[in-house]
Amino acid sequence: MTTVSVTYEEALTRYEPVFGLETHVELGTRTKMFCGCLTTFGGEPNSQVCPVCLGLPGSLPVMNRIAIEYTIKIGLALNCSIASWCRFARKNYFYPDMPKNFQISQYDEPLCLDGYLDVSVNGQTVRVGIERVHLEEDTGKSLHIGGATGRIQGAEYSLVDYNRAGIPLVEIVTKPVPGTGSLAPEVARAYVTELRDVLRSLGVSDVRMEEGSLRCDVNTSLSPLGSGAWGTRTETKNVNSLRSVERAVHSEIERQAAVLDEGGRVIQETRHFHEESGETTSGRSKEEAQDYRYFPEPDLVPVAPDAAWVDAIRTSLPELPSARRARLIAAWSLSDLEFESMRNGGALDVVEATVVAGASPRDAQKWWMGELARRANDSGVEVSALPITPADVARVSALVSAGTLNDRLAREVLDGVLAGEGTPDQVVEKRGLAVVSDDSALLAAIDEAITANPEVAEKVRSGKVAASGVIVGAVVRATRGQADAARVRELVLERLS
Amino acid sequence: MSITRDEVAHLARLSRLALSDEELDHLAPQLNQIISAVAQVQEVAAEGIPPTSHATGLANVFRDDEPVPCLTPEQALSGAPAVEMQRFKVPRILVEEG
Repeated sequence: MTTVSVTYEEALTRYEPVFGLETHVELGTRTKMFCGCLTTFGGEPNSQVCPVCLGLPGSLPVMNRIAIEYTIKIGLALNCSIASWCRFARKNYFYPDMPKNFQISQYDEPLCLDGYLDVSVNGQTVRVGIERVHLEEDTGKSLHIGGATGRIQGAEYSLVDYNRAGIPLVEIVTKPVPGTGSLAPEVARAYVTELRDVLRSLGVSDVRMEEGSLRCDVNTSLSPLGSGAWGTRTETKNVNSLRSVERAVHSEIERQAAVLDEGGRVIQETRHFHEESGETTSGRSKEEAQDYRYFPEPDLVPVAPDAAWVDAIRTSLPELPSARRARLIAAWSLSDLEFESMRNGGALDVVEATVVAGASPRDAQKWWMGELARRANDSGVEVSALPITPADVARVSALVSAGTLNDRLAREVLDGVLAGEGTPDQVVEKRGLAVVSDDSALLAAIDEAITANPEVAEKVRSGKVAASGVIVGAVVRATRGQADAARVRELVLERLS
Repeated sequence: MSITRDEVAHLARLSRLALSDEELDHLAPQLNQIISAVAQVQEVAAEGIPPTSHATGLANVFRDDEPVPCLTPEQALSGAPAVEMQRFKVPRILVEEG
């Protein structure tokens, strides 16, 4: 245990952090990796199991073609090379979350190797190297009974549900990422964010961190600044939100700096992340790491994706987030910050659909990121979940451009659409919201306002144009906001010239 | 290469197989014979020849991503030594840490 504490800023003046991430992603196939059981989340315990995923004697696994295809897709999206021949391996261990006493995984022959993912932090691009992408099966879920904490330590016995056992699980391992300095926690988070967006765009997983379909282990090490050597790393488990990824790296930097400052040595170990405190505690030491006795899985034949198959998958790749980012930034003349705020606000898809429906990029952004984002925030939903379509927003925008609505009336139309009163045109019709653009109707109101304000009218006549605001204001009030103020001003000045 | 009776007893325990003394007396020498027989393969194996993992030469044997009926929870749990809350009940996993 260390006695000194070191602030993050101090730590960075003496040490260079290096981090790496192992991310597990449950694939969104309908059925499991090696059997035809459903993969649906939240089923009754042990209702989605069969002799294969229960490891009963005599059962034999057969590979799910779509799971292999999804893994190749991920590898291609991460710029990896795809193995032309590889095998599954048995990872042997005695732990009841796999009823076979082994997990089918890949060992020294992963399906995808050596790629990268570019991530952007504060407008700066960092290339994160990808070591490997391999396919394995997920484990069962254990409930630990007895003991105070519900954790495995101190439990008297455990209860296991094997619904999750055998769901295809992809593991994506980065290379160590050096050289990011004090930005390390943010880069780690940006990597997981970008990876999640890539996986979502590929449609290979629902990537829900809160349901465990995307889970991260975070490796962190420190070395004295400028030493060129890398320190001993720790592996922090259970890091299951984007914010936690950032906090885990942050807190490990502080903790390891304190250990090193005291002349101590960082122990290579597994650490557990605690959501509440944002800190990590020691788990099992890697120095007594078990020997998994990996060997090629005899019950499965090798996987040998031929070039034609890989090319067909490559051709089917959708536009990836980085390409989309570059395209939209160029086409809509956005700053990095504007793009980030739209992406982080979950508004990219709706804004783009609104532009496709005919609005200008500026207008589409203005409505979704302004008025509608506020409404979404008030009702605690994602902006894309509001009961209004991009086509509706494009129509409102068109009505404003045509002068039928001003911004204030447009907001009322949005209110109406959100309240379920129909399309923008129906709301305009029902609520009688169109701007009064009929000059004769406006002129009547203007004459009335001039009569009511003879002194102001005199000032304007004598050249004090600024004074016309009083009359314009009176007209806008008289028409209850439905007059276009710019047009009213023109007409007032004409009248008084 | 040989395997002792004690090692076989240890393996049996790890594999959750309850073997009586008589069974151990009977099975330990047999396992020893099997290991010796397999060991002969090592004498034949030549340098530079990669180990064979699959004898058929097949690759890419896949199934479509189509569901097939699974077991009912009752069927799935019917062979379990202990069941609680429709889950497999297993003994304490970690020994107390010191």
